[in-house]
Amino acid sequence: MEQTIQGRAYKFGDNVNSDIIIPGRYLIYIDRERLAQHAFEVLGEGFPAKLREFQILVAGRNFGCGSAREQAATAIQGLGIQAVVACSFARTFYRNAINDGLPIFECPELYPDVQEGDSLRIDLAASKIHLREKEYAFPQLPDSVKKILELGGLAAYLKTQLHGT
Amino acid sequence: MGYTIAEKILAAKSGKTSVRPGEIVDAYPDLVMSHTATWRSVSVMQKVGASKLYDPDRLAVVLDHIAPAKTEKNATDQQVSRNFARTNGINKFYDVDAGIAHLVLMEAGHVAPGDLIVGTDSHCTIYGSLGALGTGIGYTEVASVWITGKLWMKVPETFKISLSGKLAPGVYSKDLMLYLIGTLGADGCGYKAVEFHGDAVTGLSVSERMTMTNLAMEMGVKCAFVPPDAKTEEYLRGRLDESKRYQPVYADADAAYEKELSVDLGKLEPMVACPHEVQNTKPIQAVEGTRIDQAFLGSCANAKYEDLEVAARILKGRRIHPNVRLIITPGSKEILLEASKTGVFQTLLESGGMFTNPGCGACAGDGGIMADGEVCLSTANRNFIGRMGSSKAEIYLSSPATLAASAIKGVISDPREFF
Repeated sequence: MEQTIQGRAYKFGDNVNSDIIIPGRYLIYIDRERLAQHAFEVLGEGFPAKLREFQILVAGRNFGCGSAREQAATAIQGLGIQAVVACSFARTFYRNAINDGLPIFECPELYPDVQEGDSLRIDLAASKIHLREKEYAFPQLPDSVKKILELGGLAAYLKTQLHGT
Repeated sequence: MGYTIAEKILAAKSGKTSVRPGEIVDAYPDLVMSHTATWRSVSVMQKVGASKLYDPDRLAVVLDHIAPAKTEKNATDQQVSRNFARTNGINKFYDVDAGIAHLVLMEAGHVAPGDLIVGTDSHCTIYGSLGALGTGIGYTEVASVWITGKLWMKVPETFKISLSGKLAPGVYSKDLMLYLIGTLGADGCGYKAVEFHGDAVTGLSVSERMTMTNLAMEMGVKCAFVPPDAKTEEYLRGRLDESKRYQPVYADADAAYEKELSVDLGKLEPMVACPHEVQNTKPIQAVEGTRIDQAFLGSCANAKYEDLEVAARILKGRRIHPNVRLIITPGSKEILLEASKTGVFQTLLESGGMFTNPGCGACAGDGGIMADGEVCLSTANRNFIGRMGSSKAEIYLSSPATLAASAIKGVISDPREFF
């Protein structure tokens, strides 16, 4: 995982559920590209294509609520999104994102200040997000959990546990 | 200071004497449920080069979403799941005929009070109706638990919801939950455990409790509990599989709750969740008269025998509206069998309803897909946009009684006039 994540932000509201992120009929797929083609498509015209111009999703409360479908995190990665910053995450999405290697950050203070297209820089080592001249702190993940994310997800972590490589 | 049910179960399953909220533990679940997603977890095992399971007896595999297969892809995926179960000696394997995983596992006695259960489905919270800690995880994590036997879990804070009074005729625990979700919001209990207490709980059937702990997911809970009582014991008597014993876990009298609230059941009225969020709830009067094209009596929330019986009581001797298709998808084969013995099956058919095979059905995008502009009234737990077909269709959620009354009238209707 990179120590700095930088990119333009797309902004969502509260309670973006995992049925919106990836509808149930596409759960027959598990590969990023296939899923990304249908991510957020229920939101109508322009989706998901327009999201490919952004690298960071910013959302309000309870992002990823609803179904425990792991493909919600996979589909977001398939769009080229490198991180999600939300006021809060639903717990199943939170776990799935970590297990899928998608960096996520809880930072409610940032939310009201972000506009679509703003350039964000997330500094992992310092636990800070930079927007224009301001910086916003986010809580560090617990070390054991951070390790999973650093290796790129739970499958990679398991591999190292099982085979030591 | 005492401990809550979640704290006690997580302590026991992680080999500790006690745990407190915020603590992260390595917990060993008693049961790992995987449904139609099983093949995905199998693919993770292959990817990481693992072949040995921690304990095959802790696995349960139930093929419930999109069952039986409707495409060749589904068929191939199910074949992978089936072969995995056979090759690995998974005794708790239930094929496409059985029904919805949650209901099947409880009926089969694989869920006991005090158990820790994880699975590839957010509505694993339903196991709390029997006093077990159930919670959803993704398919990669399921594979990880298959291999290692454990997963990291954060100990949640607990909310206590005390229930008093008695539900009026025509009002059910579904209405209670829609009321709570509407009041507290989709993340009103985000990451929390919820315990239902109070005199009124003892009056609610196990089936009603299943609806409560199932729907609790829609206010963001990690897990939800109804403390076991005589009704729980009666439900489990003769049902628990040979590996299980009835050992309820209760909260201490001085347990620390983060928040306490109370609801007088007697004051509740029928509630409806409007498109496209479950928290968008309204009392029945606010939506009465809304046209419906389809009525779906199904899902792990409300397709249990009692739910079918409630609908049948209203529909007996009546016909559904000619513009409505009433699709009944029983939660399990056991439920369908009971309905066929008691006459509920016949009543529902004679009223104009149709049955599909037991399983998740339309709630998982299977039989009962909606077209643009259509409106479905559903007894399920989610009304998210596009969940049942077209993203230009609308889904309303209600109790089985409201559904039956509405199917007769062709518009969303108050069930209380039928009582």
